[in-house]
Amino acid sequence: MTTEEIKILIEKALPGVKLKLVRDSILVENAPDLTRVAKFLKEDPALRFDYLSSVTGSDYLTFLESVYHLYSMEKKGPGLTLRARTDRQNPRVPSLVPVFRGAEFQERESYDMYGIVYENHPDLRRIFMWDGFEGFPMRKDYEQEDSETLEACDVDWLEKHGVPVPAEIKQKAEALKREGKRAMARKPGDTEPA
Amino acid sequence: MAFAKNVSQVDEGLKNELGKKGIVVTTINELYNWGRRSSIWPMQFGLACCAIEMIATACARYDIARFGAELFRASPRQADLIIIAGTVTKKMAPQVVRLYNQMAEPKYCITMGACSIAGGPFIDGYNVLRGIDRYIPVDIHLPGCPPRPEALLYGLQELQRRIDDQEIEKNEWYQKGLKREYPIPEFGPHGLVPKYNPEIWNPRIEDTRKERYGEPILIGKKTKAPDLDAPPAPPRTAAAQAAPVPPKPPAATPPPKA
Amino acid sequence: MTILNKIHSPQGGEPPDSQMLQINVGPQHPSTHGVFRMNMTLDGETVVALKPVMGYLHRNHEQIAENMSYTGSMPYTDRLDYFNSMSNNFGWAMAVEKLASLEVPERAEYIRVIMAELTRIVNHISVIGFLLNDLGAFFTPVLYAFREREGILDIFEEISGARMMCNYFRFGGVKYDVPADLLKRIQGIVDKLPAFLEEFEALLSQNEILCMRCQNVGILPPDLAVNASITGPMLRASGVNYDLRKIDAYSIYNRFQFKVPLGVKGDVYDRYYVRILEIRESLKILQQALKEIPEGEIMNKKMLPFLKNPRNFKPPLGEAYARVEAPKGELGFYVVSDGTPQPWRYHVRAPSFINLTILEDLCVGHKLADAVVILGSVDIVLGEVDR
Repeated sequence: MTTEEIKILIEKALPGVKLKLVRDSILVENAPDLTRVAKFLKEDPALRFDYLSSVTGSDYLTFLESVYHLYSMEKKGPGLTLRARTDRQNPRVPSLVPVFRGAEFQERESYDMYGIVYENHPDLRRIFMWDGFEGFPMRKDYEQEDSETLEACDVDWLEKHGVPVPAEIKQKAEALKREGKRAMARKPGDTEPA
Repeated sequence: MAFAKNVSQVDEGLKNELGKKGIVVTTINELYNWGRRSSIWPMQFGLACCAIEMIATACARYDIARFGAELFRASPRQADLIIIAGTVTKKMAPQVVRLYNQMAEPKYCITMGACSIAGGPFIDGYNVLRGIDRYIPVDIHLPGCPPRPEALLYGLQELQRRIDDQEIEKNEWYQKGLKREYPIPEFGPHGLVPKYNPEIWNPRIEDTRKERYGEPILIGKKTKAPDLDAPPAPPRTAAAQAAPVPPKPPAATPPPKA
Repeated sequence: MTILNKIHSPQGGEPPDSQMLQINVGPQHPSTHGVFRMNMTLDGETVVALKPVMGYLHRNHEQIAENMSYTGSMPYTDRLDYFNSMSNNFGWAMAVEKLASLEVPERAEYIRVIMAELTRIVNHISVIGFLLNDLGAFFTPVLYAFREREGILDIFEEISGARMMCNYFRFGGVKYDVPADLLKRIQGIVDKLPAFLEEFEALLSQNEILCMRCQNVGILPPDLAVNASITGPMLRASGVNYDLRKIDAYSIYNRFQFKVPLGVKGDVYDRYYVRILEIRESLKILQQALKEIPEGEIMNKKMLPFLKNPRNFKPPLGEAYARVEAPKGELGFYVVSDGTPQPWRYHVRAPSFINLTILEDLCVGHKLADAVVILGSVDIVLGEVDR
């Protein structure tokens, strides 16, 4: 079955669902419809897409996207790609864990890296980074810290633990704190001086 | 630790003469060091790919047991040597320092592979620690990605030579008031707190990557997202494919500063 | 006390008589196959709850690939599943070839299949060695397994220059050609391996301790396996016939005759035995491939100039998802290109990561020692789990 035929089938079975063909994938325009579409794809006897191969997030600068790759273990045919888009300020996508158990860890990873909140996920917390980490690293606007400059919080911690800190490092840390700036890393490709 | 060449106090000629009669003469220092260096027991601490080469070194082909390091202990209290094989991430670094603190004196540290020396190929990562020698003192650095098993054996032999050069009177662990426990870093909101321990390690004055490799690759930050909604470009016809492709205009990257 | 109440009786009833113990297995532990942590709640010795914690080897491979050229990401794929670097290379090469619609010449396809199957043999015998390590047969099976592994690693080193991190595949072919005497050596290894397998099996498959400790432990029902996206030998041990080499028939796998071994119950013993049978099937594929390998070129003509300037390679705008049957499961690569030399989005669908979803379900009700064995049979490698 080609992707267009699958799209027509879904639109016939689930009225009110807006779909769009993007290259060879189906974009679910209204994100909350995603769970219905996935359940239909899994249970429909003609399609039986019962195997969720991959869940991943992407950042397209103006919106965030969650991409799903579905295959059928019963029918053993080619696969189907589903997409769902949300905005950057409050990204919310319904979780597919009630339909496919295999999405559990992958949605947690997508939340950890991009900040997409999956509603009705049984245990949505960070999976790779530690719990107190701030920021979503894989977004295109993530700024990384400079690992070679000690900042004021580092100096305070070291003195609390009895490690002597040389005077010039202390001065540089104080200067940064006064200016309210943080030491940021230079990525390869940055042409401004450090 | 301070290493000085350990020259034997006993006269060589006298040693040979007595040796012919079956009498062995040595100093306590040499005996002490010989016992310690011939049975270094490493701790089982493989983090990533270098761990597999460490296991291969312990296997039958590149037998590490013939150098005395045959028992890989699981508990840090029972080990002399920690071979940090693999990338140390910021999430794992407090655990590594904690384990090093728990080891009993005399203890040694070998960092195996480029990742634990200075970050390795993953140096630009937000979760990768640029070398574990920021928090604990390291005796032997072993470069490679991964270093071959023979390289690990050479590193072990180099460590054995260093142990031969230590003296009992000047050893650190017999001095009064020795505390070789290093502060354990904590997880901050953006990375580890502190970023490094200035008593042990200090960054180089200049980042030498620019001197060595010239201006870094100009990839810049991408400002335009791909528009997948647009229909794909039609495939080029056979005639167009045979003709040479005209050079594309340069991508939107910032021009290099002169 | 409140946490323990919640675990044992979520309705908030009477606290139980026995006391629960919450322990941490890992991240440094002899049995965790790398830096992997399990938060276990035990009632005596029985596992009541198990929460895996990962990220101790998270090296942000995907972010590096967004700043790196396509060919430059190839050495990083070696370090994903650091046991089988050739399979990871295979997946990445296939993804970009799908994106840029590149064809691979015949000889290169045969070489790729030979390398992939040799890697599968290496992985399966090492995994069996490590599983027996977890059972307590400390290191002897590993020594046997690594003896064979060293022979195959010598071949990899002669072909690509490195024992483990081969970096051998390129888009449109392979980097170096395989000389004829090396093919003879591979033939020699393939001819000797059945004898080694007989020896291995004679020691292990009917071994009383292995049978008693591995049978009926960690049973995975097939519908849960399909729902939880499990792939690889773990899925086939539960009886589901899904092997990408037969289903997608990618590369030239449809030319070879081989069977797909399936398990019956889905316990640890089935997962061990499926791997032994898969080694035999890989040997069959290798025999056929070594006989049929043609002469010819090893690189697509269009891609030859990019061997010298790999950073100029710009695939057209689009996206692609390609998957291969890696020894641990289905390894998928999702790449989105925006026409520049660096990909826009690069994602690895790691089999070990997803196979860990049901670790809790498999271990609950068994003893702590069984949990270690079950983790060994899931066959994880942390480079893939954490990427």
